[in-house]
Amino acid sequence: MIKYVIKRLFISIITVWLLATIVFFLIRILPGDPFSGDKITPQIKESMMKYYELDKPLPVQYAKYMKNLLQGEMGYSLRYKNRTVNQVIADAFPKSADLGIRALLLAIPIGILLGIFSALHHNRLWDYLCMIIAVIGVSVPNFIIGGMLQYTLAVKLRIFPVAEWRGFEYTVLPSIALSLGTLALVARLMRASMLEITGQDYIITAEAKGLPMIKIIWKHLIRNAILPVVTVLGPIVAAVVTGTFVIEQIFAIPGLGRHYVLGIQNLDYTLVLGLTIFFGAFVVFMNFVVDIIYGLVDPRIRVAK
Amino acid sequence: MVEVTRDLFEHIGVDEGSQDAISRPSITYWQDAWRRLKLNKVAMIGLVLLSIFSCMAIFGPYMTEFTYNANNLDYTNQLPSKSHWFGTDGLGRDLWARVWMGARVSLFIGLAAAVIETCIGVIIGGLSGYLGGKIDMVIMRFIDILISVPDLIFIILIMVIVGAGILPIIIAFALTGWLRMARLVRGQVLQMKEQEFVLAAKTLGAGTMRLVFRHLIPNTLGVIIVTLTMAVPGAIFYEAFLSFIGIGIKPPLASWGQLASSGAKVLQVYPFELIIPAIFISLTMLSLNLLGDGLRDALDPRLRK
Repeated sequence: MIKYVIKRLFISIITVWLLATIVFFLIRILPGDPFSGDKITPQIKESMMKYYELDKPLPVQYAKYMKNLLQGEMGYSLRYKNRTVNQVIADAFPKSADLGIRALLLAIPIGILLGIFSALHHNRLWDYLCMIIAVIGVSVPNFIIGGMLQYTLAVKLRIFPVAEWRGFEYTVLPSIALSLGTLALVARLMRASMLEITGQDYIITAEAKGLPMIKIIWKHLIRNAILPVVTVLGPIVAAVVTGTFVIEQIFAIPGLGRHYVLGIQNLDYTLVLGLTIFFGAFVVFMNFVVDIIYGLVDPRIRVAK
Repeated sequence: MVEVTRDLFEHIGVDEGSQDAISRPSITYWQDAWRRLKLNKVAMIGLVLLSIFSCMAIFGPYMTEFTYNANNLDYTNQLPSKSHWFGTDGLGRDLWARVWMGARVSLFIGLAAAVIETCIGVIIGGLSGYLGGKIDMVIMRFIDILISVPDLIFIILIMVIVGAGILPIIIAFALTGWLRMARLVRGQVLQMKEQEFVLAAKTLGAGTMRLVFRHLIPNTLGVIIVTLTMAVPGAIFYEAFLSFIGIGIKPPLASWGQLASSGAKVLQVYPFELIIPAIFISLTMLSLNLLGDGLRDALDPRLRK
């Protein structure tokens, strides 16, 4: 088990390093520079370039950036005056994390319950209803769900505030919009996995020896069926992270996703670079955690690799 | 009561030759798959909807006298009416023409991206799985590392660098999308390369290229086609997503994502400008998902009774 953990950790670190390198060089070949939109004299521009050390050769910039990155420093944002990327992250990440966790807490339990419920009513009305909802949830992009929820429940019916992030009632719509796609995915997966296991011999054995239905469902069906759901937790986290880019835009939430989109539009090198590495490292770390959990619940995995 | 006597019977003998004849024409794998798909009503509804949208993408823009990029500032934000069937946008452009131009762009991007990433994935995955050994190890580690970072982060970076437009989007999708396909095809090839027909082909003197491209890959086509069908809605969603955050398709060119993005800005006053493109995006993704599910059932030999 320790060998498995170390190996996973090693791959994760390599991934983050590779990502940082690719992103660093990609950003540097961008056309234009961050000050091209401002009306400034060449001298000021030159001293700005010097101040942010954009005039040095690339390898020097790279070595410096990596050294700082190892110490957790990502440099100053080029657009927000006197703010480091770290400050932006420290400021905005809690809001995004709050939104993401709310969405996951909605999506995973409800998705699993819906999947179990459908599978137990296989090919009956409830099953069809749940799966229609699930297919729609998978098919409708989250920014459309967000826009529609905002229009119907906030603008027209005035049940919830339209935008911003100030208290519980502000969190309801964005969380729902962010969670629906994931919820549908989990429900479909859980249902398929339940149906596959229902046909297994040990379920028939359990039925034959007279176990009560509730015990079969709880001890044999659900415990085994939930494994595939654990494997998609990594991609789910990734989907929620990228989902925040648009949801925060729609609901004007000052989270990381919004800063990221603004940074791209403003060509704010250091901010985009820092946030990309942060998002990447975050998702890689979550994948690492999921791999460990998976190794713990399913011994076959850690033996096989 | 009729009396049955000997002379009512006629001796016809046994024709030795016709005993082994097969009474019905044999059908190929693809004919069988098509027959099974036709029985699946939900998948057929998806197929019909997709055909209608594709036809409209070709002919739709010519059905109205307005062009997709002609401004008319006297008729801005018109509701759907007799002359403007889907209304007009903030610059007085006819939305019917824009929606179907958008369909062209969105469907083309979806299809082109999915086909290109499938080709790359199949070639790399097929060779990697067949050759095995060190090459396989290196390719798979490389994929492991890249796959753990969300696609959208790479896509956004590439888009930021290459700039907005149809071709950059397709390139960005192709560069990130082949990873999953390569993994899948490799797994299939690994499973298959130990089977007897491969040994037989080898014995008859088939080379590596012939084995991979004539024997192994055609046998995984079913899985490849299903994954391709599922990749199209993914690409359409990503295009819509990118256009929505403002780095995908830019006006005056239209795509469904771009239309949804402009619609979302005036959602509180003119909701139809978001609702119309939203319906088309959702219906297309829904149809593709349904068709993909249907194809999986039709092409998977394990589901045969």
